[in-house]
Amino acid sequence: MEKVKHAVVIYARYERFWHWSQAILIFVLAFSGFVIHGTFNLIDFETAVNIHTYSAIALILLWLFTTFWNFTTGNWKQFLPRTQGLLAVIRYYAWDILFGRPHPHTKTMRRKQNALQGLSYLTFMIVIGPALWVSGIIYLTYDLWNVIEGSQDIFQVVTFFHTAAAFMMMAFAFIHIYMTTTGKTPLHYIKTMITGVETIELTAAEKAYFAEQHPKMLRDKE
Amino acid sequence: MRKKLHIGNVVQINFFSFLYLIGYILGISMAINVYAEHGPKVEIGISEYSEIGGNADMQATTAAFDKNKNSKSTTDHSKLEELEGPFFDGREVTKACLGCHNKAGTQFLKNVHWTWEYKHPITGQLLGKRTLVNNYCTNAKGNEGMCAQCHAGYGMEDDNFDFTNEENIDCLVCHESTGTYYKTPTNKGNKACSIMFEGKNPIEWSKVAQSVQNPGRNNCGKCHFFGGGGDNVKHGDLSSALFNPSKEVDVHMDSEGLDFACVVCHVSNEGHQWSGSRYNMIAKDEVGLGKPGIPRQEATCESCHSSSPHPMTSLQGIKLNGHTDRVACETCHIPKIAKGGVATQVDWDWRTMGKLKDGEGFKLKEYTQGNGDHRATYKSIKGNFVYKENFNPFYAWFDGVMNYTTIDTKFDPANGPIDINGFTGDFNDPKSRIWPFKRMHTTQPYDKGNNTLVYMHLWGEDDQALWGNYSFEDSIKMGMEKNGIPYSGEYGFIETYSYWPINHMVSPKEDALACAECHARGEEGRLNELRGFYMPGRDYFKWLDIIGYLAIFGVFGIIFLHTMMRVLCKKGVIKICKSGDEK
Ligand code: HEM
Repeated sequence: MEKVKHAVVIYARYERFWHWSQAILIFVLAFSGFVIHGTFNLIDFETAVNIHTYSAIALILLWLFTTFWNFTTGNWKQFLPRTQGLLAVIRYYAWDILFGRPHPHTKTMRRKQNALQGLSYLTFMIVIGPALWVSGIIYLTYDLWNVIEGSQDIFQVVTFFHTAAAFMMMAFAFIHIYMTTTGKTPLHYIKTMITGVETIELTAAEKAYFAEQHPKMLRDKE
Repeated sequence: MRKKLHIGNVVQINFFSFLYLIGYILGISMAINVYAEHGPKVEIGISEYSEIGGNADMQATTAAFDKNKNSKSTTDHSKLEELEGPFFDGREVTKACLGCHNKAGTQFLKNVHWTWEYKHPITGQLLGKRTLVNNYCTNAKGNEGMCAQCHAGYGMEDDNFDFTNEENIDCLVCHESTGTYYKTPTNKGNKACSIMFEGKNPIEWSKVAQSVQNPGRNNCGKCHFFGGGGDNVKHGDLSSALFNPSKEVDVHMDSEGLDFACVVCHVSNEGHQWSGSRYNMIAKDEVGLGKPGIPRQEATCESCHSSSPHPMTSLQGIKLNGHTDRVACETCHIPKIAKGGVATQVDWDWRTMGKLKDGEGFKLKEYTQGNGDHRATYKSIKGNFVYKENFNPFYAWFDGVMNYTTIDTKFDPANGPIDINGFTGDFNDPKSRIWPFKRMHTTQPYDKGNNTLVYMHLWGEDDQALWGNYSFEDSIKMGMEKNGIPYSGEYGFIETYSYWPINHMVSPKEDALACAECHARGEEGRLNELRGFYMPGRDYFKWLDIIGYLAIFGVFGIIFLHTMMRVLCKKGVIKICKSGDEK
């Protein structure tokens, strides 16, 4: 099958909205969360709790909606784990990137992410994220269940997991941001995530499909 | 008129006028020396009267709440013939009162202001002024001649007082509203103390009798603001600042605002029985407002404000209501003890009692409090004091039950300071909450042989009374003997603590504690000492934090190295990359 490179909108508008609002919320949550935690004191505790609670509610709503979106659009398949090509990608970032070798993964409409990326996003979505919101909701509703026997032990477990997941989330976020600088130019991927447009290989069938059904998604110049 | 009582004048009449005269003539008077050395800080004489309310602002208005109540009253007492007199003493007024209020007597005979006795319903301990030893002047028992000036009766000079005689009730001390009524010690004490009775205007009995109404702040305050032997000495949250407080000092009693009288909160359950016992407190009021339209007869905040008083319309309100099950209202809403310029005592050292200047007792006034008054840091009759004002309370879990070290309690001095009123309370006890206390530290005499507290004979018209004789030995011996308590004959000094739950001087809501006052790490946090539970902002898992921070720094490290490699390779600084390129 012959493949030709085309500029295509690979991230739909909702996807971009989801990504950036999630990014902001997570940083706001992390900032306010670590103020609550006592790591730093840049805003007062009261404000931090307020901000943290409202942003947490917003993030949970966003996630609920996004989960729905991912399943109804079929986008969820993007996150299915696979090992194929994983080693190559690891090798690329550890070594090949230094020599300016090409990325082993070619983006397609079916697989926008490489294997490593997919795996880490999956971890984000089924481990770190849920650990935060599950523990966060239990944390948030403390006053409703603190009368039960052993509530103090439960509370300590909850705060432990919430804090641990928050650290993991931060580690993820920093690595994630760094990885975005590894594109053609340091800002290339960021631009893609803002405009949604990336140059990828399309099969003739895909090309025909877009031309017919979604002409606006094809952004080839001239 | 009352200014006549002012220390300066008293001293002048008493001692200085005499010494001054001689001093003036000879030019080398001791008194002048004392003055020159210490300025006005040293005061000869041991009069206590001015310090225990005798000089306070008694003209303070009665609270608005009372005025409203009185306006609804169906009786104007000033028009009653029965109260026209003539009366020659308080008992005659009482007789007139009881003539109409024919149940008041029986009611009042059960009141602690009368009985000075309280049987604790939970611990079974017999408490009250009649038996207790505290860590201020130690014991009222046996010293009634002095202490009973704050007994709501007439003529309690010793333990033989007739507690069944209604005619001994002092109605006026609680009900008169002219501010001209006063009480003096019931007997004269040692001759060194006689000054306390001089220069007082006679009471105009019919005038005070006709002024009766519901008790105002000045009635209660006359005794309760001066507990422990002086203004705010004892409680820390009850001082003369409450005669006419600003809103900042007390949001309820604010004389320009709500202007509450004490009895607005300390309501009467049956006639003449008040809620609000310090011995057995409601540390957690789970009834709250009670049934609609039925006022609750409790002095708790919740009985008016409910146990979820913060607005449920804001996140903050919801979160604050989530605190009320474990944190007493007072903990956040009374951020400071001893507001309004009147200091409280936090430390008393009895050991230094008895220093004299030329055979005469004296006071050293080295603490100047917020309102400009000088407070005695040393008194010959009592020892040394430390004052504090506007300071953070001591916090503890408290279930409301006070457990006293009474005169019968044996303790082991090796176990460190004795809690005069220890209390229970724990995070794991759902009935306990975090409460603010004033903690008083005292070094006081005890029976070294029997390991008990002691009764001292402080006041009496004899030579053994401490106040005049200045001998612990004689005073303890007689105090114990007189009250039938075994005494080993040897006394020592022991450190004690007493704990005073803080309930008054509630601040306006803007001044309530900020979250971070407690939710903070280490020393900064007010609840730093209370352990055994996880509090966000204060607590954390040490290893999780170490690993977490290391992980984050590790990530930064990797990012940094990776970036360096990328940059250096691109610029061709590193050889291998180049050769790699060529491949
Ligand atoms: C997703 C939904 C989330 C919910 C429902 C949630 C909820 C909460 C709640 C209720 C608290 C306690 C605040 C308080 O004391 O009132 C808290 C603390 C905290 N949160 Fe979150 N949070 C969420 C997400 C996050 C995220 C994304 C981060 C960081 C990346 C984060 C980091 C923290 C940290 C560090 C603390 C302090 C933990 C401690 O010291 O006990 N949270 N969170």
